[in-house]
Amino acid sequence: MSNSIVSRISGSVVVATDVEDAEMYHVVRIGDLGLLGEIIRLEGNKATIQVYEDTTGIRPGEKIVNTKRPLSIQLGPGLLTSIYDGIQRPLDVLREKSGDFIGRGVTIPALDQHKKWTFVPLKGKNDEVHEGEIIGEVQETPLINHKIMVPFGINGKITDIAEGKYTVNENVAEIKTATGKSNVGLSNWWMVRSPRPVAKKLPPVSPLLTGQRVLDTFFPVAKGGTAAIPGPFGSGKTVTQQQLAKWADSNVIVYIGCGERGNEMTEILTTFPELEDPKSKRPLMERTILVANTSNMPVAAREASIYTGITMGEYYRDMGYDVALMADSTSRWAEALREISGRLEEMPGEEGYPAYLGRRLAEFYERGGKAVVTSPEQRLGSLTLVGAVSPPGGDFSEPVSQNTLRVTRVFWGLDANLASRRHFPSINWLTSYSLYADDMDDWYKNNISPQWTALRKEALEILQREAELQEIVQLIGYDALPEPEKGILDTARSIREDYLQQSAYDEVDTYTSIKKQFLMLQTILEFGRLEAEAIKKGVQSTKIGTLPTRKELSMIKWTREEEVNAKVEEIKTNMSKQFKELIMEVAR
Amino acid sequence: MSKIAYKNLSKIAGPLIFVEGVRDAAYGEMVEVKLANGERRKGQVLDTREGLAVVQVFGQTYGLGTDNTSTKFVGETAMISVSDEMLGRTFDGLGNPRDNGPKIISKERFDLVGSGINPYSREEPSEFIQTGMSNIDGMNTLVRGQKLPIFSGAGLPHNLLASQIARQAKVLSSSESFSVVFGAIGITSEEANFFVKQFEESGALGRSVLFLNLSSDPSMERILTPRLALTTAEFLAYEREMHVLVILTDMTNYCEALREISAAREEVPGRRGYPGYMYTDLASIYERAGKIKGRKGSVTQIPILAMPADDITHPIPDLTGYITEGQIVMSRELHRLNIQPPVDVLTSLSRLMNQGIGSGRTREDHRNLADQLYAAYAQGKDARALAAIVGEEALSDIDRKFLAIANNFERKFVNQGIDENRSIEQTLGIGWELLSDLPESEMKRIKPEFIAKYRKKSLEVESEKEE
Repeated sequence: MSNSIVSRISGSVVVATDVEDAEMYHVVRIGDLGLLGEIIRLEGNKATIQVYEDTTGIRPGEKIVNTKRPLSIQLGPGLLTSIYDGIQRPLDVLREKSGDFIGRGVTIPALDQHKKWTFVPLKGKNDEVHEGEIIGEVQETPLINHKIMVPFGINGKITDIAEGKYTVNENVAEIKTATGKSNVGLSNWWMVRSPRPVAKKLPPVSPLLTGQRVLDTFFPVAKGGTAAIPGPFGSGKTVTQQQLAKWADSNVIVYIGCGERGNEMTEILTTFPELEDPKSKRPLMERTILVANTSNMPVAAREASIYTGITMGEYYRDMGYDVALMADSTSRWAEALREISGRLEEMPGEEGYPAYLGRRLAEFYERGGKAVVTSPEQRLGSLTLVGAVSPPGGDFSEPVSQNTLRVTRVFWGLDANLASRRHFPSINWLTSYSLYADDMDDWYKNNISPQWTALRKEALEILQREAELQEIVQLIGYDALPEPEKGILDTARSIREDYLQQSAYDEVDTYTSIKKQFLMLQTILEFGRLEAEAIKKGVQSTKIGTLPTRKELSMIKWTREEEVNAKVEEIKTNMSKQFKELIMEVAR
Repeated sequence: MSKIAYKNLSKIAGPLIFVEGVRDAAYGEMVEVKLANGERRKGQVLDTREGLAVVQVFGQTYGLGTDNTSTKFVGETAMISVSDEMLGRTFDGLGNPRDNGPKIISKERFDLVGSGINPYSREEPSEFIQTGMSNIDGMNTLVRGQKLPIFSGAGLPHNLLASQIARQAKVLSSSESFSVVFGAIGITSEEANFFVKQFEESGALGRSVLFLNLSSDPSMERILTPRLALTTAEFLAYEREMHVLVILTDMTNYCEALREISAAREEVPGRRGYPGYMYTDLASIYERAGKIKGRKGSVTQIPILAMPADDITHPIPDLTGYITEGQIVMSRELHRLNIQPPVDVLTSLSRLMNQGIGSGRTREDHRNLADQLYAAYAQGKDARALAAIVGEEALSDIDRKFLAIANNFERKFVNQGIDENRSIEQTLGIGWELLSDLPESEMKRIKPEFIAKYRKKSLEVESEKEE
């Protein structure tokens, strides 16, 4: 009989005395309700516990039970299409059990324990297998084939392998190892705080295509890369993250709503099942896992939600998939750290954040990457990490933004100014950057067009020129600008309005294939070149603004993918004709 | 659940008392504090361990002494009795009657804090609320179940705006009206009287519940006041199937009370002395808006907060903006120009707008038109700034047109006075009128079919008027 009891409660932190076999990060159950918590500090016979649930009503003297294992989650078929809270409790089942408001002390298995999955073995009896090797598969959703892998640390000869229908808790194979026998089931457990090891990390070389023009063209993130989206509230972080989750061309998406709005998660839950994957035409939900720990849910579970999400992401990466993980927002996660650290009365670092904030962020982003996973087959997989950051007051000099920028290689800087004039996505083209762009030149050259890099650089230069010219306009007025400069401003405006602005809510505009992006940008820059030429020959820039093709340029974004080739050809023909006429007029 | 009275206070610090000898006070348990003169005050346990409980007292700590005060732990966390009888009543910041009426006695007792709504149980808010205000309906649409705060400043007419919304709000498809729960947090009695009078005049008082904590009332009560209001609202919405509009004013006073306690507990302060957990704490208030699948009612929240020094990056508006689904921002500049309501449309935002508008809800061209108006107004304001330096003459023709749109947008679209109640059709009509001078090639945000359909129509309407 253990006599471990609660001795102090202060918000989400509980102190317990005489916890049996206490070790750091052991999960314990607190009080008569059995709230879940995790040991985060040990001192003498006292254990400090962060509690994943609301502690209201708990009294000193209530009992504590140590589960004697660290926070772990179950990995197996059934993860996809699920929505979990920060500690992997399925929210739909939780609703059935405890009603519309989140109940306390409820334990629910993450995976459906009764559903039978059809297991197809790929190995036979007496085959020699190693850790990470695929021994069979389960069709988890029509989009994703779930690979059953030999668990880490197990190498040996298959003595038995079965075919047929099994639940996640049943064994499908038996392996004879050097030391004994091991069973392989459809699911296994993993501690969320430790990364799943890979054999070798590789440099990312191909882009994660998102269908978002400003991202794909100007600031691409690589498959296996890391990106940060910082921005003040209302600048479109969440919409951008959701657009990525919808359209990114990875196999599996893990979306973590960390300390954000409840209604936003609901929006995802209602829209994702209706949206189709552009390639397979299947509902997007079939490749998606949602983790929702909204701002009013307990703060310690918010801290855990990031790790729960990334562990599931790593698991699918290990199967050989390209996985993209969106975390919205890492600032809320950092605040959860700060809150718990404050309750522990730790010496604060910058702005009250704990001194280990930078290390924890770096550890998180280091779990991403393109890799040869642990397996004899040399399987490749990637895990792309995109983290939103919500800097207080939109000030990027605060600790979470700065520590994130140190470890991520793509920066999508959101701009409140652009947002307030409804330029969406409001990603500032002057401050944002991608360190992958140059590494991926070859990919664009081989897959899109040899001109791609030149085109991209030209457009960015025009935008840079515009910023300089705007300063001059502020001093002397637009009318005083020489005509060629006015032409540059026109082209820049066209790039901004006809290309960079993209509506997430328009059926066609919401997704642009990389091929269409190339055609669009090419046409817009072609117009700019013709304009510059015409101005040289004496045509007024105001005249050019009234050309019918000028308006047509802005229509390409609304043109459906299958019609875009014809449309662009038509515009190009009209363009050269109309410019010729203008020049002739002046010559006369 | 020992209902023993404890006499040993080891320390009184600000709003906190430290009670010794307590064995098992529950975290969050309510406490009755009895003074030497027989007066009773309420408190709540903030930190508990064997032998010591830290209790936050709702009310002043004068009259409290370390050896003449007795405390009783009541054995339950903060609860409120709720019933239909609450409609039309006025309570103080702790839920006691303020209007000489009887105490609410009911079997239905609700936990003040409660647990969060399971995101899976939420229903996506999508019903358009017509507030009759062009700046909201047209540009930053409010929907049922949304939380949309008003960011204001000292001396700006945010109360007029809030009361006008409460008066005019309706859902187009149904005739049902809102019931209103009003939570006053540390506002002056004049402000409170203003709201009471507004509710009386519009006949809304009979379907309102008022919780008033005035600036002269104890600041610690302010921690409970918004939670009383929201618990009542949830009861009316989810148990009585009503559509409830909750107005909370002023959240700045709430945050200050929070800071006071944090300081008394000697916690490590976050930005500007506010506690590090203020985001989570505010979320536990704001997130109590929404709709639940399978239940008829809804809770829509309009918190009002005065931005200290009109600074939107101050922690209170900043954290609020990260939790709420948009914000309505008042502008001092427009107020000086006599524009009523003086709402700065460009910094305002409604995140749920798209769910509430479009064909079948408002009108098919709504999204496009609003985007175009935003873009045109922003460009017009740029032109205005430029004209101030280089003179209007130096502007390009098109910039002059945008400047005119910006001026008219403020004077005709945003400005509507406190009595005008515009239908959504009227609002969109005015929007199209503003754009009538703009060449079609500049209307990049609007689909050509909408331009053809609505631009002509509104021009016709205009010419008819002239005839």
